[in-house]
Amino acid sequence: MFNNLKIVLHQGKQYVPDITTAQVPGIFRGRPVISTLKVDEAELVEICPTNAISGNPLSIDLGRCVFCGECALAYPDKIKFTTDYKIATNDRQKLIIAEGRDEPVELNPELIRKEISDYFSGSLKLRQVCAGGDGSCEMELNACSNVNFDMGRFGIEFVASPRHADGIVITGPITSNMAQPLQICYDAIPEPKIIIVAGTDAISGGIFEGSPALDRSFLSKYKIDLYVPGNPIHPLTFINGVLELIRKRI
Amino acid sequence: MNYISIRNNETIPIATIPELDYYLFLELNVYFMLKTADSHCVSYFGFPHFGKIKLICCIAKDEQNSICVSSSVVDAKQPLPSFSNHNLVFEKFEREIHENFGIDYTDHPWLKPVRFPFNRFDKTNSIANYPFFKIESEELHEVGVGPIHAGIIEPGHFRFICNGEQILHLEIQLGYQHKGVEQLFLERRKLLQRIVLAENIAGDSVAGHTVAFVNLWESLCEFQPGRDLQLSRTIALELERIAVHTGDLSAMCTDVAYQLGSAVYGRLRTPVINYFQEWCGNRLAKGLIRAGKNNYPITQKLAGELLGLFEDYEKDFEEISEELFSLPSTLARFEKTGVITTEQGALVGTVGMSARMSEIKRDIRLSHPHDLYPELQHEPVLRNQGDVYSRGRIRKKEIDQSMGYIRELIQILPSVELADQLGNPIPNSFVISLVEGWRGEICHCAITGDNGDLIHYKIKDPSFHNWLAMALAVRNNEISDFPICNKSFDLSYCGHDL
Repeated sequence: MFNNLKIVLHQGKQYVPDITTAQVPGIFRGRPVISTLKVDEAELVEICPTNAISGNPLSIDLGRCVFCGECALAYPDKIKFTTDYKIATNDRQKLIIAEGRDEPVELNPELIRKEISDYFSGSLKLRQVCAGGDGSCEMELNACSNVNFDMGRFGIEFVASPRHADGIVITGPITSNMAQPLQICYDAIPEPKIIIVAGTDAISGGIFEGSPALDRSFLSKYKIDLYVPGNPIHPLTFINGVLELIRKRI
Repeated sequence: MNYISIRNNETIPIATIPELDYYLFLELNVYFMLKTADSHCVSYFGFPHFGKIKLICCIAKDEQNSICVSSSVVDAKQPLPSFSNHNLVFEKFEREIHENFGIDYTDHPWLKPVRFPFNRFDKTNSIANYPFFKIESEELHEVGVGPIHAGIIEPGHFRFICNGEQILHLEIQLGYQHKGVEQLFLERRKLLQRIVLAENIAGDSVAGHTVAFVNLWESLCEFQPGRDLQLSRTIALELERIAVHTGDLSAMCTDVAYQLGSAVYGRLRTPVINYFQEWCGNRLAKGLIRAGKNNYPITQKLAGELLGLFEDYEKDFEEISEELFSLPSTLARFEKTGVITTEQGALVGTVGMSARMSEIKRDIRLSHPHDLYPELQHEPVLRNQGDVYSRGRIRKKEIDQSMGYIRELIQILPSVELADQLGNPIPNSFVISLVEGWRGEICHCAITGDNGDLIHYKIKDPSFHNWLAMALAVRNNEISDFPICNKSFDLSYCGHDL
C-alpha cells in the first residue's frame, strides 16, 4: 500500500496538459510544405514508393504517403515535412498538398453531418476494427487512451461491443479475409454512426494498394466522416481530428 | 554432402544447394532434428520450379553458428510422406506447403489451412468454413472469440472447448490479416518499396523485420555495411525490445487488474518510442533503417539523450518492477498460469523469449550473431517455469540487459562512412537472414533468377510456431486466465498471416 502510494507520488503528473497545442519532440514528419523551386519533377515523382507524389503542379497526397521522408531527404529545398501533426480531415481532396501551399489541413464544415455535433459532441464511443493493419496504428490508438494523451477526458472512448458504439475506426488496408467481419461489425452499430479511417493503409491501401489479397469495397459504400493520415497515425493527429469533427457547431 | 552449410546472411549460388531424392531429403532433415538438441528448423518452404515444386529446408545448427540447407524437387500431384509424422515442428511448414501448392501428405496429423492466402491452391476453401476440431459431448461447451476482439488489437479467431470454466482445448484460426506480403516483395520492384514493405510486416517489429530485409539485400548485392550502419541497426533492435517489453508489462498489469502497474509501464514506454521519433521522425522506427545508407547516424547529442533517458527510465522502472513482482495479488495470477514445459517447447519448436522462458537456449544474438552482436558476447536470459511469471520476468531482465548493451555500444561512436553505391543482386542466388527480434527469431529467405530479380521471397515470423505453444499453454487453465496467457506471449497476427 505505502509502496504504491510512493510510486504514485514519484510519477507525478504525466498527462499532456493541452492536447491542441502540444509540441511533438524531434523531427516528426507531419504536414509537408512544398516550395515552388524548379526541380526535376519526374525524378522526384519516381522516388515515392506509393505514388503519393504527382507532378505539374507538384503535390503530395497524404492519403497515400507512407511518411518515409525519402523525397525530403533527396530534395531538401523542395520538400520539408513540418511538425504540424494536425492533418486529419473529412475532405479527401484536402489531403492533397500542392506546392506553394502552407496552410493548415482543416475539416470542411459543410461535409459534417448535423447529427454528429448534436449527438456526439459530449460523448463518443468508438469500436475499432483492424482489417489487415500491421499493429502500429492499433498501438497508437491504444496510446490515445494512455495516461499521457488521456483521450477519455474528452468523453471519447473505445468500447468492446459495436452495440455500445457510435462509430467505427478502421485501420489496415482491408483484407479480403476481413471484409465480411468488418461489414458485420458496422451493421451492428446503431444509427446514427460515423466512420473514421485511420492510417495511410486504411485510406488508400498504402504500400499494399492493388494487392489481390485486399477487398476495399466497404469504403466505397459509405460516406467517410474522417480521414486520419499517418504511418502510423500520431495520437495527437487522431485526437485533434476527432475533437474537431464532434465540436459543437451552431 | 547432402546439404550445404552456410552462415547467417551468406549468399550462395542456388545451384550449390544439393537436390535430394525426397525420401533422402526427409531422412536427412528429420535426422538432424531428432538427433541434436542444438539444431532447429528456421525455414522450410516450397516454390514453383519448372512445373514442379522445389522444397528448401534450412536447419540452424546453433553450436556451429551455421545453417544447413538442402532441397528436393517434387511433383505437386504426388502425395508424400510427411516430416511432421516424425517431428512435429514441421507441422505448420507442411500445412503451408499443402495450402499453397496442393501437395498432399499421406501421414500428416492435421492438414488444416494456415492463413487462406489469396493465391491458395484450393479456392473452394474460405476463411468462413475453417474445419474446427469438434467434440461430441453434452457436458462440454464451445466458446468462440473473434475475429474482432474486445480491445484494439489485430483479428484472429479463438475456439475453446471448455468443461465449465476450465479450458480443455484451444484452436486458433488465423489468416484475417493476410495481405499478400511475400508476393508484393516480388512485384514491387523499387528497393524503397521493398524496405517500406518490410517496415509494414509487423508494426511492433519494424526494426526486426527491416534489419532482416536490409541485411539480406546487402548480402545479395555484395555490400559490406559500415560500422555506423551496424551500430544503428543493433541499437534499433535493442531499443525496440525495451519499448515493446515495457508495453507488454503494462498490458499484463491491465489483464490482472493492477491499474498502477499498467499506467506506470504504459507511460514509461512513451519516452522510449518518442526517442525513436527524435532519432528518425517516427515513434515506431519506420524510416530509420535503409539498405546501403544511413539517413540518421547517431550523433553525440543523440547518444547523450539516450543515456539521460535510461537514467530517468531506470529509476521508475526498477521501482514499479520490484512492486509488481512481489505483490501477492499479481503473483497469484502470474505464477503457475499458462505453463509450457521444456518438452512441450521443444516439441512445437518455440523460438525467442517464448522458448527461453521454458529453459530452451535459443537466441540468434548468440547462435548466429549479425551486425554488432558478435562483440556483445550475448548471454540469453533463461527461466525454467514456463509460466506467465517467467514471461514477465524475462521481459524485465531483457530490458535491463538491452540497456546495458546500448550503453556499452554508444561509448565510442564511429565516424559516418560514405557508403559505396549499392549494386544489383547476384543472379541465381539464395540467401538467408536471421534476426533476433524482441519476440524471437525472424527469418527472411530470398531466391533470385537469371537476371537478378527476386523470384521467391519467404518470411517466417517468430509467431509462426509460438501460436501453437500459446494454445497448449492455456489447457487446463480457467478461461478467465486466457487474456493474461495471450498477452504474456503477445504474438503477432500480421507477422503470421503476411
